[in-house]
Amino acid sequence: MALTAEERQKLYAQAKQLRQDIVDMTSWAGGAHIGGGLSVIDILTILYFKYLNINPKDPCWEDRDRLVLSKGHAAVAYAPVLARRGFFDTEELKTFNKFKSPFGMHPDSCKVCGCDASTGSLGHGLSMAVGMALGARVLGKNVKVYCVLGDGECNEGTVWEALMAAAQFKLTNLITVIDRNGLMIDGPTEKVMGVEPLADKLKAFGMDVVTVDGHNMDSLAEGIEKALAAQDKPVAVLASTVKGKGVDFMENQVPWHYGSVDAALKEKAHASIEKMYEALLRGVGV
Amino acid sequence: MSDGTGTTWTCYDAATMSAREIYGRVLAEMGKTDTRIVGLSADLAKSTAIAFFEKGHPDRFFNMGIAEQNMMGVAAGMAKMGLIPFASTFAVFAAMRAAEQVRTDICYQKLPVKIIATHSGISFGAAGTTHHCTEDIAIMRSFANMTVIVPADGTETANAVRACVDIPGPVYMRIGRGFEPPFYENENYGFKIGKAHTVREGSDLAIITCGIGVLQSVEAARTLEEADGLSVRVINMHTIKPIDRDAIMKALTETRRVITVEEHNMLGGLGSAVADVIAESGKGCAFRKIGLPDTYSEVGYPEDLYAHYKLDSNGIVDTIRQVMKIEFEEDEDWEDEV
Repeated sequence: MALTAEERQKLYAQAKQLRQDIVDMTSWAGGAHIGGGLSVIDILTILYFKYLNINPKDPCWEDRDRLVLSKGHAAVAYAPVLARRGFFDTEELKTFNKFKSPFGMHPDSCKVCGCDASTGSLGHGLSMAVGMALGARVLGKNVKVYCVLGDGECNEGTVWEALMAAAQFKLTNLITVIDRNGLMIDGPTEKVMGVEPLADKLKAFGMDVVTVDGHNMDSLAEGIEKALAAQDKPVAVLASTVKGKGVDFMENQVPWHYGSVDAALKEKAHASIEKMYEALLRGVGV
Repeated sequence: MSDGTGTTWTCYDAATMSAREIYGRVLAEMGKTDTRIVGLSADLAKSTAIAFFEKGHPDRFFNMGIAEQNMMGVAAGMAKMGLIPFASTFAVFAAMRAAEQVRTDICYQKLPVKIIATHSGISFGAAGTTHHCTEDIAIMRSFANMTVIVPADGTETANAVRACVDIPGPVYMRIGRGFEPPFYENENYGFKIGKAHTVREGSDLAIITCGIGVLQSVEAARTLEEADGLSVRVINMHTIKPIDRDAIMKALTETRRVITVEEHNMLGGLGSAVADVIAESGKGCAFRKIGLPDTYSEVGYPEDLYAHYKLDSNGIVDTIRQVMKIEFEEDEDWEDEV
């Protein structure tokens, strides 16, 4: 096990809080990409609260690790992560999607403290992450670059251009995590535009692949540690997730790619998250 | 200045060095002292001459293969780490294949990526329309934060490459295939990004041009002076964005007849940029644009294509003679106009 009992408890408690934040943000904004936010939140939680070498008091520290949220639609999850990690006050999140807010539906590195890349146009993030990883190498910096991709995003050809480059330049300081929740706006990935066999494709493009449970902190930690220990080939962490995870009426439901929650639904969502963590925490013994 | 000995686009030994070769050599030289500079290419290192940088600094050069969109994203990532990437490919791929990456990854994030796009306009004549690029100025100048430069020749390319490093944001530099005849004899004519260079004074009409148009316009101006007794000003508007409004207004006020010459679609390029300034000024003048008339280009040697689209000195002379026939109400006092 890569996590201590204390770490595990802390990470789950943090993820629970962030799930509640995502629901609140969606409610304040009147709508957000809540399904993909809930699927990726455990990945972002473990990266920001365990692995990323960053200092919120010095957000532009040159030697910090970088994270590119290539699936920029999950800004509803990303903004609260940065706030809870200490980059800015959680009160600011209430401006989400409002006039002149730094927080829109997609992350903006020019406006949001702690955000390393403006993303949301899908398929761009991994290229930028490859550039950061190569740049770190040129500058002789021991910097890790994490890139979080969506599975639907893997329809974009540029993802594969970037994977080719990551393998070509043996970028072992690049850790690619794919949020494999299986759903896109128009339906299941395999129905809209199939990406399987995804692991084999990644391998064929020169990556080592480790498949993990994207909602299990121990499984995620094992995958990330394998990626961090990469010697010759960069490692992609293929994380199986559930879209809408934690809110029972949203889980695996295509219409919850983007949605809004009124007061009643918000309460229902919060209750569902409480219920999931009660069961989960009993199960993992923390 | 050029000795005006005529066209040499397909004469490989006419110029001592092509614009792109000068670009590559200058960049390699700059890389010796400025270790922030990194080079990127998309399987066109030799064709775009960034191979000179590769040779000098192999550890700071990255060939991204035939993947221009990824190249621009990678350049953005490198710039975010504090490097100054020079990314080179043909103009058609830089400006169109990778347009969204240039806009969103580079310009939107205000990153100091320098895109040096070669084989621009119709300079790759025989390669055909798929390899011509007559839209890039329009595309690139519509991207906020972007500086757009079109050097007149290799000497000006050298000046521009040296100067663009000091610009904190992105730069798009458009250079030809490299067999264009040189115009400037040496580098010391006061090149400054954003400041047009008046290469020839004149009071009857002003030609505002860039790229290959500079040499052709000067030759046209000489012809018109000798044959028609006209005094034609030639302004090298090497920086399309930000455009030198003062130079345009001075020319407009002093000549009241202006034409633009560019190797680009007449929509959205230099001519449109100049027209914007004139229209906003509220001052009237006789105005014409020379460029491709909203069409896809023909195949052929560049000199034949330039003649076909009236971009050569003969075409410019014809247009100017037409413009000189335009009669309009002259008003000594422009101050009362709005």
